Formats: sequence, C-alpha cells, structure tokens
Amino acid sequence: MNEISADESGATDVATDFALDSQTRSLGQVFSDGIANIRGGELGLLPALLAIAVLVALFGWANPSTFLSVLNLSNLVEQASAIIVIAMAVSFTLLVGEIDLAAGFTAGVAAAVLATRLVAGWGLVTAVLLATLVALALGLFTGYMVAKVGIPSFVVTLANFLIFQGILLLFVKDGGTVRIENDLVKGMVGDSLPVGLSWVLALFGVALYAFFTVRRQRAAHGAIPLSLVALRITAVAGVAVVGTVLFNRNRALPKAEIEIRGMPVVIPLVLLIVFILTFVLDNTRWGRHLYAVGGNPEAARRAGINVAGIKLAAFTVCGLLAGIGGAFLASNVNSVSATTGGSQTLLLAVGAAVIGGTSLFGGKGRMINGLVGGLVLALIPNGLPLVGKRILPLFGTEIDFSSSGVKFIAFGSALMLAASVDALSRKTS
Amino acid sequence: MASPLLEIRGISKSFGAVRVLDNVNFRVNAGEVTALIGDNGAGKSTLVKSIAGIHAVDSGSFHFDGQAVDIKGPRSAAALGIEVVYQDLALCENLDVVQNMYLGRELLAAGLLDKSTMEARARATLARLGVRTVKSVRQLVSSLSGGQRQTVAIARAVLWESRVVILDEPTAALGVAQTAQVLEVVRRLAAEGLGVVLISHNMNDVLAVSDRVSVMYLGRIAADLKVTADTSRETLVELITSGESAGYQADDPNRSERWPNNERNLSG
Repeated sequence: MNEISADESGATDVATDFALDSQTRSLGQVFSDGIANIRGGELGLLPALLAIAVLVALFGWANPSTFLSVLNLSNLVEQASAIIVIAMAVSFTLLVGEIDLAAGFTAGVAAAVLATRLVAGWGLVTAVLLATLVALALGLFTGYMVAKVGIPSFVVTLANFLIFQGILLLFVKDGGTVRIENDLVKGMVGDSLPVGLSWVLALFGVALYAFFTVRRQRAAHGAIPLSLVALRITAVAGVAVVGTVLFNRNRALPKAEIEIRGMPVVIPLVLLIVFILTFVLDNTRWGRHLYAVGGNPEAARRAGINVAGIKLAAFTVCGLLAGIGGAFLASNVNSVSATTGGSQTLLLAVGAAVIGGTSLFGGKGRMINGLVGGLVLALIPNGLPLVGKRILPLFGTEIDFSSSGVKFIAFGSALMLAASVDALSRKTS
Repeated sequence: MASPLLEIRGISKSFGAVRVLDNVNFRVNAGEVTALIGDNGAGKSTLVKSIAGIHAVDSGSFHFDGQAVDIKGPRSAAALGIEVVYQDLALCENLDVVQNMYLGRELLAAGLLDKSTMEARARATLARLGVRTVKSVRQLVSSLSGGQRQTVAIARAVLWESRVVILDEPTAALGVAQTAQVLEVVRRLAAEGLGVVLISHNMNDVLAVSDRVSVMYLGRIAADLKVTADTSRETLVELITSGESAGYQADDPNRSERWPNNERNLSG
C-alpha cells in the first residue's frame, strides 16, 4: 500500500543520529567549527577584538609612555562604562528588532532627576528610587507608543529625542549645570576599591565565571571539550590576576601627591550588570521570547507569544538601564548639564552594541557585545589626542588627530563599518 | 471500524456572497494518513482553518473521539490536540532546533529554563520520527535544509500529545531526497497512532503515503476514497479538475445525507 513504510527497526539506529550531540568533541573540532561559523557570517566578537588589537597597537606605537600606562587604562574603562551600560540598554530594543534613539536622553533625564533631588536635600535612596521610576516610566511610554499604538520605533524615539531633551533642559535650566556632591554617586566612576577588596572581588569573579562555565559544559554533554573550559577559565583568571596586580600598584603621575591604587569601582559594577542581564537573557522564558520576537515576530505570535507585551517590556528595560547609564554619565563628570546624554552618546551606544556583534536586524546579540564594543569606541577618543599632530606621508598635509573632526569621522566610520559587517553577514547566512 | 478520531459533518462557510465550504463532510482516522487534495480555491485552506479554529463556520458540527465538540478558536483546537503545520513553517532562524520546538511552551525548573530536559525530549521526539539527518539539536535553524526545517516543524507539532496533525503542503518546496525524508516522517506519525491530514498538490506523494483521499471541488467534497494499488493518478487529477471521474462512482456527495455513503473503494 505504501512505498514508504514505518521502519520498526529504526529505533536502534536513530540513537546514533544526533552524532554531534553525543560525541565528545576535541578542541580542534571546536576550533574548526568556529572557523566554519565565521565563514558562514557568524563573526561574533571577532571584529571588535580585532579592532581593539589594532587600535591598541596603533596608539601604543604613537605614544607608548602615556597610552600604555595603567592610569590611562583606568581612565579608559571609566570613560567606557556609561557607553557600555547604555549600549546594553539599547541592545534590548535591538534584540526585538526595534531601536531607541532617545536612550541617551533617557539617561540624561534620569541623571538630572537624581542630581536635582540630591541638591534639594533628598536622601540618596529616595533620589535613586525616583530617578529609577522616571527612567522606567520613560521606557514604558516609548514601549507603549511602539507596541500598542503601533508607531515605528524610529519615529517614536526620534520624537522622544526632542521631548526628553526638553525635559532635561527644564531640569537643569538653559546653560545650567547641576553639581553632584554625594560621595557615593561621585565615586561610582572615578574611585578605586581598596587593594584587599580588589583581590577578593577579582577572585570571586573568576570563581563565578568558572562555576557557570563548568555548569554549561556539564549540560552540553561533551559538546564543549573540557580542555576548552580549562582554557577559558585560565584566560579569564589570567586577565583578572594581571589586571588586579597592575591596578593595585600606584598609578598616579610621578609628581602627584596622592597615590592611586586598587581596581576602579566601575569594573565590578559594569561586570555585575553584564552578568545579571546575560543570566536573564539565557535562562528565562522572557529572555528566550525576546530573541524569538526579534528573529521572526510571526513565528513568535503563532507560538502564542505576546509580541506586543515582549516589545513593551524590552523598551521598559531599556529605559531602566539607560537610567542607570545616566548615573554613570553624571558620575564621570560629577555634574549634570543640558548635554548629558546628548551629542554622541546615543550613536556611541548603538555603535558599541553593533561593533560588538549585536544585529540591527533583531534576534541576535549578547550583553558582552556591548561591553567589548564599548571598549572599542572608548579607545578612539582616549587614544586619538595622544597621537597629536602628524604630517600624513602621502599628502604632506598636517592633521590634528586630537581635533573633534578626526574623532567624529572615526566614530561614524566605526559604526558604518560595523553595520556593514552586520548587513553583509546576513546575506551569507 | 472504530469511530473516527475527528469527524466533520456538513459544515458550510461563506465569505460574503461566496460559499467557500458547502456542506462538507470530512473525517480523520487514527493511525491513518488522510490526503486532502483539490485545486487552488477549492476550499482546502478554509477547511483547515475551520478545523484549526481560525475561521468560525456558519453551520455543521465537529466530532472528536465520537463526542460533539465546539471549536471556538485556535486554543480550543490545540486543547483537543489538533496541530497545524503551515506551509511557511514559522520557525525562528536565529534559534536552535530545541528552542524552536519548545517556543512559547518552554519547560521550566525552579522558574528558569530547563534546557537539558527540553533537549533530551526534543531529541527523543526527533528520533521517534526517524529523523536521521539533523546532526545536532543545538544547530541553528538557519543552518538547516528545507526538509530538515519541515521535520523540525512537524516534530514541534507532535511534541504536545497531539492527536491530529494537519500538514499544509509539506513537500512543496523540497527536492527528491528531502521529500522522501519528510514522507517517511508523515508515515511514522500515522504509525504512532496519530490522525494525519496531508494537503498536497503532488499526486505521487499522495499515492505514496495516504490511506485515504478526500478531494475538494468548488467548496464540496467531490470524492472520498480509499487508496489502493489500483488508485490511479489520472483518476485523482480528473476529480480535482472536474469534480468527477470515470474511475470513481459515487452519489452526488451534496445529496448524500450521511457522509460514509460517498466513500467508495475504487477497486471494488
């Protein structure tokens, strides 16, 4: 009756079919899989890591004594911290295939609320609570306009760009600046941990990383070779130990009267945020649905996922994280002004996420992408001034690499390049 | 024979003045593959969407396991164990095989995703269906071939204790080898005791895997026959194009009150 009959004996041989799942893979196989992924357009962190290598080599060659100092390294991570946090905020909207162009000013408004409440004599806790609520509300509002009203996020957040900037102006008055006097807020970006605590946190971080890496290896049943796990943990431990040793030495300039020692506070703070968000994205139903909505909204809808609800939540989380980013922005300069969160903040945040490998087309991206991409973009304004004025060999003209012109061109080009990689990798896959 | 798993009696459906379904009788038996064929616009999709609860019917009744049931919406259809695999599959390419199979119905342990259980069950389901070509259930769907995607979509439908699985042109976009692979999965579903409905334009596929064929013509069931070695492609094509065939004798199905009467064995 049927040409194709159900093969009853199939049960025994099918057990071997998922070859890759049952077989223990070697380091070499994992490596060649990685190469295959890269060929297939899954570049991941690779472009960002390459960019860091190139920029460090370039700036290190141009001005080794200043650029390669530990003091500059701590400056770099402090400058990068706000970009990284706002990049993670924007990543939530990118994941669901949307964008928030006003995240920078959400950060600005939250920072202004925090600063003005502190000036008004509020306690830190209540001021932080109000700033957080305002940031959440702004995100919720954006999400409502996008997900429920149905306006493209590009337009909603372009309008919000002006609205939020207006709110910020009302808070700080035209041309005004609100100073931050609270030591905790001031110290978030800029202070260093005690030497002993630096070690404790570094070792705790390595232990946490090792725990989750081993747990993932166990769950994968041999798909991740033990040698790779050992390699990863050793690399992370190495970076942590070397970093802590360097940071715990005095990095103040020779003539300075006060010593600077210890790990910058922003490092554990930012890593904690990265860790929490990564855990949520990887291990909760909500995280999974974010990726599904970004990958194929129609498939997500048919699977019973509330697409509008997920988008609303993505924008709300974006608002909250942008608000936290605002605290980093304010802490970096110890004040809030009309330009806090303005000028290039948003471009840098989107750029950081995309350079790190988060897709502008939705459904692809991780928090670590924003971190690595943020470091790339922080390197540009950090390193360019150290290059100074140079005569270009080919044209014989003098170019001032410390000028804003060169900086803007570099920022824009970096984003354009990363977006090109993103768009082209979609075509190959 | 035992009562059919799903039986549809005399349903009609109009879109405005157009009568898309006209007193349609249709049944699905457990353990059998029932092909639903017909030309474009014959009403196949509307019938499937009525069964899936997407369209409300104007008249007629549904019977599941011999019991009269009310299919009010997609959820009540799913609750009965009716799953539809649409032609455009609706898979998320950025997620892997397991993630797609459990999309929207993820298993949790202590509030977090229970990844290892989902992975083990997904693998067991695929193995049960005889899927041989998926190397890893952790592969992204974007890396799968069309046939593999089809089998993943089918496996997703049967993961949920489904009783009736409706496949909308599962082989339309596939090559020869992949078609054979998918048809084998279709056969296995029936062997598992599920009622399978196969919508197809490919008569070779229909003859290869179906136990019974229902032919739709202009919103009616033009023929309902058992597939035997003598069932010819030509007969089916004639039934599709003209609603009748010299190789098939039946009362006018519109006049037959009880649908089993319009079932005729072609060889008999």
